[in-house]
Amino acid sequence: MASVTLSDVRKAYGQVNVIHGINLEVQSGEFLVLVGPSGCGKSTLLRMIAGLEEITDGTIAIGDRIVNDLPASQRNLSMVFQSYALYPHMSVRKNLAFGLVNLRMPRAEIDRRVAEAARILRIEELMDRKPRQLSGGQKQRVAIGRAIVREPQLFLFDEPLSNLDAELRVQMRVELANLYNRLGTTMIYVTHDQVEAMTMATRIVVLNKGHIEQVGTPYELYNFPANLFVATFIGSPKMNMLRARAGSGRAEIEGLGSLPLPAGVSADGPVSIGVRPEQVALDGTGDLTVEGVVSLVEYLGSEVFLHVRLGSGETILVQAPGQSQHRMHDPITLGLRSAQAHYFDAEGLRLGPGAPPDVRIGFGDMGGKAARRGGLMTKM
Amino acid sequence: MSEATLTAPAPTTAEIARAYREAKARRAKRSAILKHIFLILCSFIMVYPLIWMLASSFKPDNQIFGDLGLWPREFDWQNYWQGWNAMPVSFTTFFWNSTVVTVLSVIGNVISCSFAAYAFARLEFTGKTIWFALMMMTLMIPYHVVLIPQYLLFLNLGWVDSYLPLIVPRFLAGDAFFIFLMIQFFRQLPRELDEAAMIDGCSPFKIYWAIIMPLSLPAMATAAIFSFIWTWEDFLGPLVYLNDMKDYTVPLALRSFISQDGVSQYGPMFAMSILSILPIVLFFVVFQRLIIRGIAMSGLK
Repeated sequence: MASVTLSDVRKAYGQVNVIHGINLEVQSGEFLVLVGPSGCGKSTLLRMIAGLEEITDGTIAIGDRIVNDLPASQRNLSMVFQSYALYPHMSVRKNLAFGLVNLRMPRAEIDRRVAEAARILRIEELMDRKPRQLSGGQKQRVAIGRAIVREPQLFLFDEPLSNLDAELRVQMRVELANLYNRLGTTMIYVTHDQVEAMTMATRIVVLNKGHIEQVGTPYELYNFPANLFVATFIGSPKMNMLRARAGSGRAEIEGLGSLPLPAGVSADGPVSIGVRPEQVALDGTGDLTVEGVVSLVEYLGSEVFLHVRLGSGETILVQAPGQSQHRMHDPITLGLRSAQAHYFDAEGLRLGPGAPPDVRIGFGDMGGKAARRGGLMTKM
Repeated sequence: MSEATLTAPAPTTAEIARAYREAKARRAKRSAILKHIFLILCSFIMVYPLIWMLASSFKPDNQIFGDLGLWPREFDWQNYWQGWNAMPVSFTTFFWNSTVVTVLSVIGNVISCSFAAYAFARLEFTGKTIWFALMMMTLMIPYHVVLIPQYLLFLNLGWVDSYLPLIVPRFLAGDAFFIFLMIQFFRQLPRELDEAAMIDGCSPFKIYWAIIMPLSLPAMATAAIFSFIWTWEDFLGPLVYLNDMKDYTVPLALRSFISQDGVSQYGPMFAMSILSILPIVLFFVVFQRLIIRGIAMSGLK
């Protein structure tokens, strides 16, 4: 297990800056997920930690060792690639053993580790097959096996589940989480799938255009987004955003009415008010009542998403229970509660209090510990 | 509505479908037969010189050009015995010489060109694009243009009258065609394999040796086959650099059958020509399996 420290890490391809000075502290034993839209630099960042990509400026340290100029093989880490990158001409057994053979490890130790990995990942009966004879899920297991036989101090995952079908992805997600709980090794995981990020992470780093937007536990990011980008990026379906003008303790939402600002939020001028679909009250109770018409009903079984066109012409998304009987073109009265909404200033920064220390905890074992040791938010 | 359709029972859908299927099968068969006749005819035209040579190798000299029939009246192996020992030096020596030159050239070409190709496809070095452009430019220069400067170079090195001018350049990645062929092949191997190997502790050479090379057998086999054929049947190179008959390769020796002043020995020449083709056929049969196996091995995802 090792911590990873990034200080002012930059990356430029010629004149184009893709990573603009990132500071990040990955704690030992943490499952850190890098998430962001495509092109945000998350894979580049991971590859820089792996040593597959040169860094233009700054330092990367694994444990106490600065690894800027250390080749990938000497950083004591393993990486699982999106395409699995299994060696097609080698059997599963040889794929697993290849890295260990290169380390000139004694034969007996190699055999022990390979057998152990095969047992953990339940691929014992596949050991003599070639990668082309494996299904997607099996290839994924072998790729993870190749990572764990090295018993590294750091695991890197580059969108490992994105080539799997939906069902297998859910299954492998659980297996990965179990593997993490079992090994307790530091893991850095890149994904664009926020469900993966939310379910597995101890902490999530939200990246956008080569900047860190926010670092925090899944709970923190969902409930206390630091800015507009995080607020709309985390959560599916997206948070509703309403434009408003604040003044003297109230926010006047265009064409809808005014909402009292909760304690701790003081603003003057234009603000954005974010309301998650599940936080809109369907019974019309709340600090502000708005009238609308259901313009679309999306039935998902356990829940229903209603697209509601408000009097102001805007459409907001509302989550209703699965049994609700709303139909298209039905008039509906919605309630907004001022305490449950999120407020952002004209620059898109969060107004009001951040997460209290006691909610900065993850749900996993290590997560709890890691976060309580002081997993503070790191901002650019 | 005519009476016939009223009296005769209307065909069922299944019958219509069957009739359609049968008509389609008949059409397919007819076009297949036509295609085959055409192709067999074309291949016969192409193989005819070879067949003619094979037939002639069994005929005595006076029958080769005098007899119109292709099939020899009697099979006469005399040309083979005669041809083998027709020169002051026996064909055993010529075949051995050709084998040495060809085998070393093939090994040299495959190793050196794949090295160069790996560097161009995967490594970063200063002036890569310029070197690549220069390499590609050599593809456009005909061999005959560089023949004289090359001859002078080897003359100054004192290598003329030896096999060195034929073999050493092969170990120096001199054939841009093979380099380009391999670069194209290496480029389509996923880079993530290299990266996985890098993390698994491979040096660039080890990546080449343990990952790229085994996965590139089809390209290697193609290069080996072409290299074998071109070197084995190369006439100009040996003609320029070899003077002593005991150093001759097979094509040079075959030329010696044609005499400038007296009577040419066509029968023995054809017999030896037939023998000279055999190694190429054998080599091709052995190595083309690698190409097929390589194709079966791809399918990385």
